[in-house]
Amino acid sequence: MADNNIVLEAVNISKHFPGVLANDQVNFDLRKGEIHAMLGENGAGKTTLMNVLYGLYLPDAGEIRVDGKVAAIHSPKDSITLGIGMVHQHFMLIPVFTVAENVMLGEETVRNGMLDRKTVVARVKDLSHKYGLDVDPTALVGQLPVGLQQRVEIVKTLYRDAQILILDEPTAVLTPQEADDLFRIMRELTKRGVSIIFITHKLKEVLAVADRITVMRAGKVVGTVKPTETDERQLASMMVGREVILTVDKGPAKPGEEILKVEGLRVRDARGLETVRGVSFSVHAGEMLGVAGVQGNGQTELVEALTGLRPVAGGKMYFTGKDMTGKPPRPITETGMAHIPEDRQRYGLVMPYVVADNMVLNTYYRTPFAQLGILQPKAIDANARKLIEEFDVRTPSPYVSTSKLSGGNQQKVIVARELSHPVKLVIANQPTRGLDVGSIEYIHKEIVIMRDRGVAVLVVSAELDEIMALSDRIAVMYRGEIVATVDAKKVTREQLGLWMAGAHPEQ
Amino acid sequence: MDWRRFAIIALVIVIMFGTVVLVGISQNSPLVIITSMLATTIAVATPLTLGALSGLYCERSGVVNIGIEGMMLGAAFFGWLASIYMNTVFHRAPMASLIVGVLVAILTGSLFALLHAALSITFKVDQIIGGTVINILATGITGFLNRQMFFGAGSVFRGQVPHSPGVLPRIHIPLLADIPIVGRIFEQQPITLAALALVVITHFVIFYTRWGLRTRAVGEHPRAADTVGINVTFMRYANVLIGGCMAGLGGAYLTLESISSFEPLMTNGRGFIALAAMIFGNWTPFGAWAAALVFGAAQALQINLQFYRELIPPNLAFLQNSYVVGLAPYILTMLILTGLIGRTIPPAADGKPYEK
Repeated sequence: MADNNIVLEAVNISKHFPGVLANDQVNFDLRKGEIHAMLGENGAGKTTLMNVLYGLYLPDAGEIRVDGKVAAIHSPKDSITLGIGMVHQHFMLIPVFTVAENVMLGEETVRNGMLDRKTVVARVKDLSHKYGLDVDPTALVGQLPVGLQQRVEIVKTLYRDAQILILDEPTAVLTPQEADDLFRIMRELTKRGVSIIFITHKLKEVLAVADRITVMRAGKVVGTVKPTETDERQLASMMVGREVILTVDKGPAKPGEEILKVEGLRVRDARGLETVRGVSFSVHAGEMLGVAGVQGNGQTELVEALTGLRPVAGGKMYFTGKDMTGKPPRPITETGMAHIPEDRQRYGLVMPYVVADNMVLNTYYRTPFAQLGILQPKAIDANARKLIEEFDVRTPSPYVSTSKLSGGNQQKVIVARELSHPVKLVIANQPTRGLDVGSIEYIHKEIVIMRDRGVAVLVVSAELDEIMALSDRIAVMYRGEIVATVDAKKVTREQLGLWMAGAHPEQ
Repeated sequence: MDWRRFAIIALVIVIMFGTVVLVGISQNSPLVIITSMLATTIAVATPLTLGALSGLYCERSGVVNIGIEGMMLGAAFFGWLASIYMNTVFHRAPMASLIVGVLVAILTGSLFALLHAALSITFKVDQIIGGTVINILATGITGFLNRQMFFGAGSVFRGQVPHSPGVLPRIHIPLLADIPIVGRIFEQQPITLAALALVVITHFVIFYTRWGLRTRAVGEHPRAADTVGINVTFMRYANVLIGGCMAGLGGAYLTLESISSFEPLMTNGRGFIALAAMIFGNWTPFGAWAAALVFGAAQALQINLQFYRELIPPNLAFLQNSYVVGLAPYILTMLILTGLIGRTIPPAADGKPYEK
């Protein structure tokens, strides 16, 4: 049974957290020079297992073998010594340090008591050339785009001579182009003998890049398969534990009257730069308009302006026929706009509040939730219980802090709140970012139901698949302008990708 | 530290120095006045400089320390007490007694710092509360012991304040101090000179050594430091203790170098002004020192104007009132803390306990 190709092996790893069995007798192995994908929903235990392998957590039971020998990993220091490197989902970089300083931190080269920056800069340059990881060692990390920051993380592990690389959800923050670039780098690394564990919950990526796929669910390994012997459907049902409908099931749109009309809208971002530069479009009742675009092309500011969160620098916005340009959020909400914000934890929820309170954030001041300025706990309680039931929010009670819920359930709290009052327009910005397959399926279903009820829907997403699956019409944003608006049935993925990257549509 | 900040600092100092020069010009040459102002400025800025360095080590590693005031007060008292005991009870030479006093002051500062570190790093108490605890504790202990030991018939010294061993002598730096007139600037007492050296050393440590890189890393992003094998708890404890030593030395200045007596609450807000200096200096040693000099200059202005009291023209009579002039440092503190003079950026994890 001893396979001398196996560089890393986890044997019967178990790890408890208060109230959760995060890893239950998990077995896992990694062969030299392979990309082994670890697939699972949020909370399936992937990250816990990786943190055990990396020494951030100590397992309650089980052992780890590196190159066939039992390894005692008590801290990241031990795992680094064993040649294990990890790129965390949230980058472990210090923004005010240079690339070289970040790379050397913890493994500093010192000469005469002083940091030897020159040597480190030279070594970083060396490594970047060798592996095709182009990055300027003297640049400040905080000023680099996310894709480059990730390269710095990879360089950091290579600097420590990592032979085993753990990538925790590396594509979650990347644009499609950056992700492709990452896959190229991963293949380059494996060619040079590095073995990679690739954690993700995106099915397409796994099939495209992995040599083997291990699926985890609820703390257990469900199975290990080869990408050639499986497909998205099978992987999805392994992850979720039941059949999942991956395609969005929706009938043709029956557009009605014009609900939202935007004319020449201009918006400035926080730094005063005009990031929305004269945008015009309209959304009709019973229709879904998708706004596609690589992140940072003005979508955030556009949504903020439409929802009244950001001042308008020019142009007009008509909502249900009324001019609502520059109105504050409350009158806009009361006219019937629902907003599912981009960053659910910062703008969608008050995280320390209990679920019941978060569910009345937009209506707390009205009867029946308040009378004469005094909150009515009974009405708030009844509302919460009704919405939890209706929207299938998995929470032990309406009175737990919202921060304790999983990402998918947090999003359900927002969706429940936003869709529970009379709505004419839903603006959903990145509605499924970071969610697992099951939650994505649910949120998509809810949005389609709204559309079929005759509500106008505006979906903004950086995920091309999501835009393609949901939209009736698609608008592509590039550098603050809408470069194309097309019928969703008459456009290809490739065409949209080109427009998103700045190619000019020939119309 | 940007040039604009230094320009503001230079301007304020020039105005203060200019005021004294204009008032005293009929009695002394501008060079003499400026030399005297500079010497005083550097000396009286010492506790502020050391306090600012204390805050710098703590906050660069991610621990907010508003207890510098208390650390300095405690150190001033126990350092002074130790020197008196050595001198009058154990009959040691004044110099030896003073040196022991300084060491005890540093030890006191580090013990208070240990308490602050335990509260804020191990027990994750709100760091503002931890600092406040230290300030209140130091005020209480020093006030109580001062009364118990020196006042009333039943006290240790039977109501008589014993003869103190004096203050630390000036050090005559050869060559530099021999320059005519200007040489006076370099003839300073040891803690003042140590503070200047510590500014340079701290700059070097924070920005050019492994220790500094790791310290800044745990102050910016402790989890990132943890993942590359740096012991966050150790780094924070060590830096808070170093900070405590700095504050302790600053306290020693007050009772062993400046004057040879202790009064309750004698730090008089210096710990907080030092923090303001550190903030204005954008958490850099030279910046903090420059800002401390501004406060020192304000105090030097107050002291030096006394020499030329009768020369103050009647239309500037308010300058005769030393309380009015004495307000300057506090007004400056408020201006700095309201952020009127440019924004500063604290370490990202400043004040946040690290949870694994």
